[in-house]
Amino acid sequence: MADKVLYAMYDDDEVLKDGAKKLVSKGVKINEVFSPFPIHGIDPIIGVKNTRLGIMAFIYGLTGTMLATIGMRYFMIVDWPMNIGGKPNFSYLENMLSFIPITFEFTVLCAAHGMAITYLLRNKTLPGIPAQNPDPRTTDDKFVIEIRMSENDNFSSSDMENMLKDTGLIELDQKDI
Amino acid sequence: MEFSVSNKAKTLTIVLIAIGVLFTSIGVAMAVGHDHFKTRFLASGLINGFFFMALGLGALFFLALQYATETGWYASVKRVIEAIAGTLPYGMGFLGVVLLVITFLDGAHIYSWMDPESYTEGSHHYDEIIAGKRPYLNEVFFWIRTVVYFVTYFLFLRGFRKRSLLEDAVGGTELHFKNYKRGALFLVFFAVFSSTSAWDWLMSIDVHWYSTLFGWYTFAGMWCSAMVVLILVTLYLKSLGYLPKVNDSHIHDIGKWIFATSFLWSYLWFSQFMLIWFANIGEEVVYYMNRIENYKLLYFSMFFINFAFPMLILMSRDAKRNVRILTFVGLVILVGHWLDVFIMVSGGSMGPNGSVGFMEIGMALMMAGIFIRLILNNLSKAPLTPVNHPFLDESVHHEI
Repeated sequence: MADKVLYAMYDDDEVLKDGAKKLVSKGVKINEVFSPFPIHGIDPIIGVKNTRLGIMAFIYGLTGTMLATIGMRYFMIVDWPMNIGGKPNFSYLENMLSFIPITFEFTVLCAAHGMAITYLLRNKTLPGIPAQNPDPRTTDDKFVIEIRMSENDNFSSSDMENMLKDTGLIELDQKDI
Repeated sequence: MEFSVSNKAKTLTIVLIAIGVLFTSIGVAMAVGHDHFKTRFLASGLINGFFFMALGLGALFFLALQYATETGWYASVKRVIEAIAGTLPYGMGFLGVVLLVITFLDGAHIYSWMDPESYTEGSHHYDEIIAGKRPYLNEVFFWIRTVVYFVTYFLFLRGFRKRSLLEDAVGGTELHFKNYKRGALFLVFFAVFSSTSAWDWLMSIDVHWYSTLFGWYTFAGMWCSAMVVLILVTLYLKSLGYLPKVNDSHIHDIGKWIFATSFLWSYLWFSQFMLIWFANIGEEVVYYMNRIENYKLLYFSMFFINFAFPMLILMSRDAKRNVRILTFVGLVILVGHWLDVFIMVSGGSMGPNGSVGFMEIGMALMMAGIFIRLILNNLSKAPLTPVNHPFLDESVHHEI
C-alpha cells in the first residue's frame, strides 16, 4: 500500500514538544518520534500508552525465584545433601535462610536480563537488526517527528506541510513507502 | 496558604490522649504490685519515647539529606518534613525524662549494667563481661553521650528551621548554600550518632550481646517510620485542600521512599539474622533465642508485615499514587515498626514476662495524640509552601 510519510526535523526537544502539542490539538495523529535520548513528557502528548515492562519484570523475577528455589532444593537437599556448618540438610524449609541470598540474586538476574532482552526485542534494536530511524542524525543531536498520511485522512498533504512549517522545524522530508 | 488546625483534629487528638491516659491507667492498675511492674512501666516509656523521638529524628535526617543532595522535588513538601522534625525537641524531652528516671530509679530494671552489683568485684551478681564494658557503659559517659546527641540534633534542627523561615523573607541562594553545607555536616554527625545512640539506648539492654549492624537496622526502621508519617500528613493536608502544588508525582516519590526504606530495613534485619543464625555462636544467638522463645509469633509476623506489605502492595506504580492504599499500608507498617521497637526493648528487659498490653498501647496512643497535635501546630506556624526556595519552581513542575 502506497503511503506518504512526512519527517519533520527539529534541533531542540522542547521545540519538538511544543510543536507536537500544537499538531495533536489540531487532530493530527503522530506516528512516531525519533530522538537521541528519552524526551521527558513526550509520551502523553503523542499518545504512547504506559509501558507494561514493569509487569514483565515482575513475571521474570517470579520465574527467577521459582527456578532458584527448585534448583537449589534439588542440588542441595535431594540430589547431594551436604553438611555445611551443621545445618539441617534434609529439609529446604528449615535451611531456607541460607538459600535466600542466592534466591534474591537469581531473581534480580532474571528480572534484569529478561527486561533488557524484552526491551531490545520490542524496540527491534537487538544487535544485527537494521536501524529503523529515518535519519542517522537522530542518534546525535536532531529530533524527528514522523507522520503517516494514511493515518491522517482528513488533512491534505499540503495542509499538513503548512501546519508542520509553523512548528519551528529546521528540515522537512518525505518518503513514499 | 496558611494552615489552621481544625476543631475536628483538635477533638481527635484530645480523644486520643484521653484514651491513651485511660489505657495507661488501666494497665498500671492491673500491673501494680506485680514483680515486674516497674520494669514494664519503664520499658513502655522507653519504647514510646524512642519510637516517637525517632519519627522527628528521621524527618530531620531526611531534611538534611535533601539539603545535602540539593534535591528539587521535595520543596513543596518541605514544610511538612519540617513540621515532623519540629516534634524532635519534645520527643527528646520525653526520652530524656524516661532515661533520667531509669538512671536514678535503679537503672538495673532496664539496663543491667547500671546495677553496681554487676561490676563490683566479689559481689553476688558480679559479671566479668559487664565489668569489661564499664569504660564505655557507665552512667556518666552514657549521659555525656546522650546530652551530646540531643544538643547536636537540637542545634541543627533550630538552624534549619531558622534559615528556612528566613529564606521565605529574604530569598536568594546564600541561605541555600549554607543549608547545603549544614545538611552535609549533619549527615556526618548523624552517621556516627545514629549508630552509637542505638547502641546506648537500645542495644545495651541486652548487655552481653552486640551487633555492628544494629545501629543501621534501628536507623532504617526510623527512616521508614518517618517516611510513613510524612506521607500520612501530606495526604491528610491534601484531603483538606491544602498543598495545591503537591501533585501525584510527589505522592509517588514519597511512596517510593516508603518502598525503598522498607526494603532497606528488611535487608538489614535479614543480614543481621542470617549471619547470626548461620554462625550459631552462643553469645550471638542469645538475642534471637530470647526473642524467638518469648515473642515468636509477634517477632516473625512483625518482620513479615514490614517486609511483605510494602513489597507486594506498593510494588506497582498505580498503588504508589493511590491515597487509600498508601494510607492503609502506611498505618500497618507504622504499627509494625512500633512492634519492632517494642521487641527490641521488651525482649531484653522483660523477657518472658513482656507483652503488648494496655500500658504499652495506652502510652503509644497518648504519644500519638500529642505528636499529631504538635505536627499540626508546627504546620500552622509557617506558610505551607516555602515562598523563596530556589528549587520551588522545579518542584511545582515535578513530573515523573
